Amino acid sequence: MSAESNFTRPARLAAIAPYVWMVLFFLVPFLFVLKISLSQTAIARPPYTPVLALHEGWGAIKTAFAALSLDNFRLLVSDDLYVLSYLRSLVVAAGSTTILLLIGYPIAYGMARLPQRWQGVAMMLVIIPFWTSFLIRIYAWINILQHDGLLNRVLLALHVVSTPVVWLSTDSAMYLGIVYSYLPFMILPLYATLSKMDQALLEAASDLGASPREAFWRVTLPLSLPGIGAGALLCFIPIVGEFVIPDLLAGSNALMIGQTLWLEFFNNKDWPAASAVAVVLLLLLLAPLLLYDRLQRRQLERT
Amino acid sequence: MSEDTRHPARTANSKAATRAAPGVPLLRIDAVVKTFGRFRAVDALSLDIAAGEFFALLGPSGCGKTTLLRMLAGFETPDEGRILLNGEDIAQIPPHRRPVNMMFQSYALFPHLSVSDNIAFGLKRAKLPASEIKARVKEMVALVKLEGLEKRRPDQLSGGQRQRVALARSLARRPQLLLLDEPLAALDKKLRESTQLELMELQRRLGLTFIIVTHDQQEAMTMAGRIGVMDAGRLEQVASPRELYEAPRSRWVAEFVGDINLIEGKFDSDTEPHPAMARRLAIATGQAGTIHVAEPRQPLAKADVCVAIRPEKIKLSRRAPAFDDMRTINRLEGVIADVGYLGGATSYRIRLDSGLVLRSSIANTARLDTDAYSPGQRVVAWFAPEDCVVLEQ
Amino acid sequence: MASGPNQLSRFNVTALTAGLAFLYLPIVILIIYSFNASRLVTVWGGWSLHWYAEFFHDQAMIDAAWMSLRVGATSATLATILGTLSAVALSRGAGFRGRTLFSGMLYAPLVMPEVITGLSLLLLFVAIDAERGFWTVVVAHTTLTMCFVSVVVQARLGTIDRSLEESAMDLGCGPFRAFVAVTLPLILPSVLAGWMLAFTLSLDDLVIASFTTGPGSATLPIRIYSEVRLGVKPEINAICTLVVALIALVIVAASLVSKISDARGKTAAPL
Repeated sequence: MSAESNFTRPARLAAIAPYVWMVLFFLVPFLFVLKISLSQTAIARPPYTPVLALHEGWGAIKTAFAALSLDNFRLLVSDDLYVLSYLRSLVVAAGSTTILLLIGYPIAYGMARLPQRWQGVAMMLVIIPFWTSFLIRIYAWINILQHDGLLNRVLLALHVVSTPVVWLSTDSAMYLGIVYSYLPFMILPLYATLSKMDQALLEAASDLGASPREAFWRVTLPLSLPGIGAGALLCFIPIVGEFVIPDLLAGSNALMIGQTLWLEFFNNKDWPAASAVAVVLLLLLLAPLLLYDRLQRRQLERT
Repeated sequence: MSEDTRHPARTANSKAATRAAPGVPLLRIDAVVKTFGRFRAVDALSLDIAAGEFFALLGPSGCGKTTLLRMLAGFETPDEGRILLNGEDIAQIPPHRRPVNMMFQSYALFPHLSVSDNIAFGLKRAKLPASEIKARVKEMVALVKLEGLEKRRPDQLSGGQRQRVALARSLARRPQLLLLDEPLAALDKKLRESTQLELMELQRRLGLTFIIVTHDQQEAMTMAGRIGVMDAGRLEQVASPRELYEAPRSRWVAEFVGDINLIEGKFDSDTEPHPAMARRLAIATGQAGTIHVAEPRQPLAKADVCVAIRPEKIKLSRRAPAFDDMRTINRLEGVIADVGYLGGATSYRIRLDSGLVLRSSIANTARLDTDAYSPGQRVVAWFAPEDCVVLEQ
Repeated sequence: MASGPNQLSRFNVTALTAGLAFLYLPIVILIIYSFNASRLVTVWGGWSLHWYAEFFHDQAMIDAAWMSLRVGATSATLATILGTLSAVALSRGAGFRGRTLFSGMLYAPLVMPEVITGLSLLLLFVAIDAERGFWTVVVAHTTLTMCFVSVVVQARLGTIDRSLEESAMDLGCGPFRAFVAVTLPLILPSVLAGWMLAFTLSLDDLVIASFTTGPGSATLPIRIYSEVRLGVKPEINAICTLVVALIALVIVAASLVSKISDARGKTAAPL
């Protein structure tokens, strides 16, 4: 869209350092994940074979490549543990994204309708928790949800329940934690589209006979779809790979794939299996990732 | 929606309702007040508009014209006063239940809907049968000459095409009253002029009532049958374009509409007018001597007055014209200060010997400039008493 | 001032209030309980600073906090430089070869599950035989947080009129001078905000740090996590409160910086 100005060329030079950095520390590491996912586990340092020994020459590299196999991926398909983990992750991510949308939309909508000077304050209030530590916010919920925690004591005092309810180590606690942690990620993109919406469009709708309810369904909602998409992806993708929240709040009978990966890596020291898990997870997330990339690009580069 | 049936006026197919009851104006605005905080945007304004009128609200920005229009559409509620449509007070009725439609300055086209879906939006809300919606959309598309573009989205249209969609959408429900908020402001000059004529043609053909808000006097003069000039929340004058231009009622209106020369002076009722000057008054001005003006329709109440003459009414000549002609009784001598050639006319500024500067506009009726004056040249500027308007200060 | 379809309804207000209460209540409760004198987390035993004293005697915890602060400051600085450069390249560089890959690499880490980022970086560090510890965590955090800086700065660059740079060059500045004299002062608030965001994200991260750190150099979240797994301890409440206070301080500083630069922008050109 823009003509090449004298500023363009030096601006491109600015890309060199971050470009090299991202290739080295973001792109290349995936090649290692891919390579190790095709390796065998071993009791050694590092705990896998074959090890690429570049200094031993071309022959060594060739034998190393020959030793690669798809065994880890066969394991992933054959063992229910992995399949169930993937499924659970997708279900939990889809479920919590839906809940986030249902809770986040009214909040973002309310924010967008505040008087202008209050909107900045409201946005600040939503962003601040996003800056506060993830782990601490989950920990705060453990405080509240534990057996003799605040929630049970309030419920008992109000005679809603007669005996303390088990909250921790349940799926409800996990969903609560996820929704709590990701709420700002859902609200902000929604607020961004809702606040940018031309108020004249709503006036036009009502001028043409739409009741406030009809105006919402016919105009506001369809026009906020990009925000819904961005918010949903911004939550869905990381939730699929979430580790901390299910680890601290959910029970141990069913694992999300992030937990499985963590266990394979830290507890079983099976690096090749962990890598294979990561490769498949990445493939699962490829479509939403590309979609998110497109949305993000369009949003940032429109201005 | 069950409310629809209880508001017959709201149904989209209400051609019969556009015929106002005899003697009742289609729209009566009665002492309407709207304040924002301490600011009185619309200040006890009253106005009647008859069915079939093309009415323009003209005024500088911030004069309250848009607020008034938004109250007619229902986006603002008046603090005081009534808005009667066919004798029924609609001031408190929400916009979606009013038989009034508006064309927005920004057009406010729904970006996610195609041209035909935009036009059909209001018809669907009125719960018309699908076949009728289809027919009406087709009719509207033909009316604004957008055939072949029905499937396009607003962002795939040119500015002029978008303007037509907005017009078609606001006309689709056959409103009793169509409000147009600066409808041509976003178009370039050429397109604006041709669209003005099309809008007038359309309004005549459909027999609708249009109220247009504009800050462009040229536009208001061209299109409207009557113009209401607004300032500070009040109507300064409501009149036909010609009357507004030739007989402004106040100094403010005279200065706002078109170019004008204003000469301040005093009217002395004791001085006997010139015997040959029946029905004329003599005004003593400080900088231009005595100016003879035609007697105004209403006798002057104040002595402090102002003589207003449009530039094109001031003639120039190299020598003083013969005195016996009554039309040349007002003659002032001076020097051409500068010359602006505008194509169809040439605009001169004349510095009188008293220091007063007058503007004169002379139509270029001939191709060759034998009549042109150049800066520094001495001239006589003269004008007829009938061409002057006396305004009280 | 508009009425009718744009009015704030009771439903809107309720949704907002409930939403904000939901976001803040747990943190407020946590802070209150950090001043609880009782050893039992849930029983209120009066106000006390006991658990803060406990923290300041816990050498392992203090070491972890110090490690986190160092990692945070170092990685945030690197991330701010790299992220700002990438934002300039993307918003002013027009189309260049590899641009799509470049922006893709910058947006993907924003949503990439941390376990994948952490694992892949660890495998790289092992393969190149890097000693794991302070620097590996710094590199990992820089990689993640520079993407956030890039987005924040790009958003700001998008709002700046390009003709400002062009007029500076028209007035005789070279491209570099034009950037330093005109663009940089204008985007400075967002660059600083980017640094603070990178700092807090680094301070916050558990998963990537767990993968990329080495023995003996645990960060604060790693220490907190291993304590939390063993159950709720009042001392953790105190540490969490301190972290929240630190972050609140950073946010206040950030909003002051943006206020000052706003005020300066109103009185004079920021040159």
